[in-house]
Amino acid sequence: MLQRFAASVWKGRWAYFFIAPAMIPFAIFTVYPLAQGLLLSFYKAGVNRDKWTYIGIKNYTNLLTRDPVFPTAIKNTFLFVLGVVPAAMVICLFVAVLIYPLSQRKQTFFRAAFYMPVVSAGVVLAMVWVYIYSQEYGLLNYLFESLGLLDLLNDGEKIGWLAQTNTALLSLAIVVLSWSLGQPLILFLAGLGAIPEPLYDAAKIDGANSWQSFWKITLPLLRPTMLFVLVVLTIAVFQVFVVVQLMTLGGPANATQTIVYRIWVTGIVGSKFGYGSAMAVVLLSIVSVVAIVQFKLLDRQLT
Amino acid sequence: MAATAYEAQKGMLPGDQMLRRRYLVGRWLRYLALAIVVVLALVLLIPIIWMLLGSFKIQRVALAYPPELIPSNPVLDNWERLLIGRPSMRWLFNSLVVAGGIAIFGVITSTFAGYAFGKKDFPGRTIFFWMILMTMMLPRQIYIIPLFVLMKSLGWFNSYQGMIAPYIVYPFGVFLMRQYMQSIPDELLEAAKMDGASELQLFRHMIVPLSRPAIGAIAIFAFMAGWNDYLWQLVLATDELWLTLPVGVAKLTASGVGSIDIGVSMAGATFAVVPMLLIFLLFQNYFIKGITVGALKG
Repeated sequence: MLQRFAASVWKGRWAYFFIAPAMIPFAIFTVYPLAQGLLLSFYKAGVNRDKWTYIGIKNYTNLLTRDPVFPTAIKNTFLFVLGVVPAAMVICLFVAVLIYPLSQRKQTFFRAAFYMPVVSAGVVLAMVWVYIYSQEYGLLNYLFESLGLLDLLNDGEKIGWLAQTNTALLSLAIVVLSWSLGQPLILFLAGLGAIPEPLYDAAKIDGANSWQSFWKITLPLLRPTMLFVLVVLTIAVFQVFVVVQLMTLGGPANATQTIVYRIWVTGIVGSKFGYGSAMAVVLLSIVSVVAIVQFKLLDRQLT
Repeated sequence: MAATAYEAQKGMLPGDQMLRRRYLVGRWLRYLALAIVVVLALVLLIPIIWMLLGSFKIQRVALAYPPELIPSNPVLDNWERLLIGRPSMRWLFNSLVVAGGIAIFGVITSTFAGYAFGKKDFPGRTIFFWMILMTMMLPRQIYIIPLFVLMKSLGWFNSYQGMIAPYIVYPFGVFLMRQYMQSIPDELLEAAKMDGASELQLFRHMIVPLSRPAIGAIAIFAFMAGWNDYLWQLVLATDELWLTLPVGVAKLTASGVGSIDIGVSMAGATFAVVPMLLIFLLFQNYFIKGITVGALKG
């Protein structure tokens, strides 16, 4: 038994040689910090290493029962995911189906337009949108005023998009949404290209209209792509940070706090390594559950 | 309705009528939908254009309401203050080194590991691969605090190695490369082995040339990930000279919400976009290939 195992290890020696450049840094800079983070979450740990003390699950109980902000941050993070992910999926599907039949040149224009925000980086978009959302001199209020929407929505008063609790989260979500469209769109277009044309012809002969063939052919055959997009998007949106840090700092009145922003504020800026790690572990658990569910859905595609 | 009645008179089959009518309705709906898509595309492009225009506005114009859509009196002040008054060239250089380093390491580790995972059988293959795959699914922020502590003990703040090290392994690249390797026929490798090629020769002369498209895609994606990374570089750079470009320009905005120097901040944002945009325009096909290779089993 042992001998056979040793033999297969020896047989795979070149494989180990090839994975070593990846696995060694992976162990040092990913696995080790993950393990240490788990450990730290049971400690009261600050800048001074000598004063780290084991306190059991106190970080967790404080987090979930005493922390005035963290539950809000969890709620907001979920609102981001539940808002942005479905919206991005539906919009991208809609756009992909519509522009797929267009000429190559027109398709390239749309692809580039939707991919532009992805290339631009969150930082840059956050900076521009701060300017656009500005209450006093923002482009958005000007646009709303020109269209008569300010009169309709806010008695003609300019809206403080980032300063009001009822609009801040939505305003940030729209920025996140704007850079979440490019990748799914390209994936959906590729997925559409992989669907054999004769299927549609056959459906047409059988008297199906385009609406029916969308539901009966396009959607089922795009399923693997949709699942992939779902997973990638969900993970990405769970990490929402830049918009919060650059646009609202979690405010107004904690309306835009998110988990990752709390981790940064508490663990890095505030140097509460233990408490911040507990937050990270909570995020890890949430993401793991979501990932496992989605993996179950993806499994068929991967293996 | 009139058209339908007319067609019915002409004795067309009911099915044909239905088709014809649906086609007409469908066409108008389609135009309407396309119009929506065009508006959507414009909404995505407007911020980029607004940023570029803003970079030529002096503060008074930038704060004007109603806003001047096209600056009546465009100035280069902001660009001058950004490029001369701030170490923005150093930031650009830092970003190039960091993103370039991440791309190079990402390509090397992904190609090596992807080859082993895709083409070789060895104990631990599944578990090692799934470990890497799992981290692709996990936000990096989960272990950012211990990583911060680790960097502190290594003394790697304000250093390129600190910014690059956590990205040496690019999980998406490993995944993409494994998928790609599986599309290379085994017979090809067997034949080379028969001819007496050693493992390293095989890798160097077969695997690397065959996987060039995947290598291109990984290089670009890893570069973009490194270029656009924000949180880690924000954490690691405390000295103004060690900021990367996105972090550096972001600090232009974050210097007090009430009194943002809009022109400089828009110039900075524009400056941070340009390099990535050039790369995107030059290598658009690699982007598209990279996005799709990973998703659709090739």
